[in-house]
Amino acid sequence: MTAFDTAVEAAAPPATGLSATLKHARHVVTGNPITGFSFTLFILLLACALFGSFFVPYDPLATNTAVALKPPSLHHLMGTDQLGRDLLSRVVVGTRLDMAVAIFSVALVFALGGISGIAAGYFGGWTDRLVGRLSDTIMAFPLFVLAMGIVAALGNTVTNIIIATAIINYPLYVRIARAEANVRRNAGFVQAARLSGNGEFRILLTQILPNILPIMMVQMSLTMGYAILNAAGLSFIGLGVRPPTPEWGIMVAEGAAFIVSGEWWIALFPGLALMLAVFCFNLLGDGLRDIVDPQRRT
Amino acid sequence: MRSIMLKRLATAIPSLLGVIVVSFLLTRVLPGDTASYFAGPAATPQAIAEIRKQLGLDKSLPEQFARYVADLAHGDLGNSLTTGQPVVTEIANRLPASGELTLLGLLIALSIAVPLGILAAIREGSWIDHLCRVIVTTGVSLPVFFTGLLLVYVFYFRLGWSPAPLGRLDVFYSAPPQVTGFYLVDALIARDWETFRAAFAQLILPAATLAIFSLAPLARITRGSMLAVMGSDFVRTARASGLTPKTVILTYAFRNAMLPVVTTLGMVFSFLLGANVLVEKVFAWPGIGSYAVEALIASDYAPVQGFVLAMAILYVALNLMIDLLYGVIDPRVRLEA
Repeated sequence: MTAFDTAVEAAAPPATGLSATLKHARHVVTGNPITGFSFTLFILLLACALFGSFFVPYDPLATNTAVALKPPSLHHLMGTDQLGRDLLSRVVVGTRLDMAVAIFSVALVFALGGISGIAAGYFGGWTDRLVGRLSDTIMAFPLFVLAMGIVAALGNTVTNIIIATAIINYPLYVRIARAEANVRRNAGFVQAARLSGNGEFRILLTQILPNILPIMMVQMSLTMGYAILNAAGLSFIGLGVRPPTPEWGIMVAEGAAFIVSGEWWIALFPGLALMLAVFCFNLLGDGLRDIVDPQRRT
Repeated sequence: MRSIMLKRLATAIPSLLGVIVVSFLLTRVLPGDTASYFAGPAATPQAIAEIRKQLGLDKSLPEQFARYVADLAHGDLGNSLTTGQPVVTEIANRLPASGELTLLGLLIALSIAVPLGILAAIREGSWIDHLCRVIVTTGVSLPVFFTGLLLVYVFYFRLGWSPAPLGRLDVFYSAPPQVTGFYLVDALIARDWETFRAAFAQLILPAATLAIFSLAPLARITRGSMLAVMGSDFVRTARASGLTPKTVILTYAFRNAMLPVVTTLGMVFSFLLGANVLVEKVFAWPGIGSYAVEALIASDYAPVQGFVLAMAILYVALNLMIDLLYGVIDPRVRLEA
């Protein structure tokens, strides 16, 4: 970390503000072709999520029994499902919900786990014990099973899927934030901040948090894939999203009934989209980690 | 050795307590009124009050918790609304089906992942290393229910090699006399080869699905820890002493490299127990996962809660076993304790 920061400072000319940020972003994306590729894929997914509903050829909810269960053709590039809905439109529009669940749950767990982990590592003592006990308890459950239980108890909605996904990722974030904050609690810059009369919470937010942000960003990218898988798994077993909402997990579940009679396209395309998204986040996370933390390179 | 085991057992107690508290709390945060939820939509106010009393919901929270723990101690997890059966009996009846599936899946995963990881590590940069990397990266990206469906499509619909994905045994066969509840083992005990083959044919696809899923973390950690060990001083010394590569790799490196793999097993079990639910749904497998899913769809809460608790207790027990296994593999752990 420190070595890397110094290296960048030494290499980069004293650019300021936006141009420095852009320069660093270019370095991150072009440094490794795989990272560049996954970053492009990420932009594409984001575009589908934001603007997908404007350029899909058909209404994702419009049924048309005349063309039900048709294999992929020029009119329907991914075929149609049992109600004659266009699968391409459904897969593209479904991106929004899947990405939203992943992004919101990761943001939530970043806020909860990140802050409490930093506090645990920085203050130690009872804060540390409390946070540690909480995350140990969560870890004592098989995580997907716990998510099922939480959604069942809180109620069967998309919001609760986001909450459940955030809770099962909590221990991971706590562990990393705690370890990173712990090694910095008495670093020179922290002592300097303390000496100049800053309060503990101010130090936590202005000195510690910005320093561990890069490593937390990597973690966010890595857990994003897991969050998508988890949410899709929950909707596959019938939790959260309800038909006819286009969402990848539930679309695979709908296609599952037709696999045994050979209509493969209904389950295949949403499944592939899901896989691609997870793959993208995993590669992105690995690439970011190589840059942020070269020692953990695999 | 006994004191170590007792010590390990003691470390499991806080987790167990946490699990029980959380599963108690999960029933208390049910949206709306728990009693009317249990009574169903058509219940009269008297019936709801009756059920409230029956469930002990008119008591204070600590009292309710005491009652909950007391019920647990008697092995009482409540009754299922849809079947009317006690949850404990149903879970106990269905556990062998899930157990057989999960264990076979893990066995397949281990027998592929460990050799693959070792080969990838000792031939770093070769084609097998790249293969390992590809498998690991795709393995973690594949949704487990999607893999299952792909396998069904290829091996049932396209090739016709496997039977229809509908449960543990084809309708033409009857279950072997129950000894362990594992059809494969029971069929072997009864020397019923025909049933063994039929049960195996049903089991292999879901087990392979679980195996593909758990292969990735196992292969990754085996490769990583093997690489670290192969670069260590004692392996260099063993090599310098003129030992054969086989002895160096299997006797010196392998045993040491197994420690992180055993640790990862805990995480893999967490994944497997969750993935089990999805795989059971895909293959209509009559295990506890599909039991929980059916109950979830029917808003039948007691089975779901019982399932979560049973899984958590099982998981705590598995982690305990892994800890003990760790002591067997690594003498240093024994000395420290």
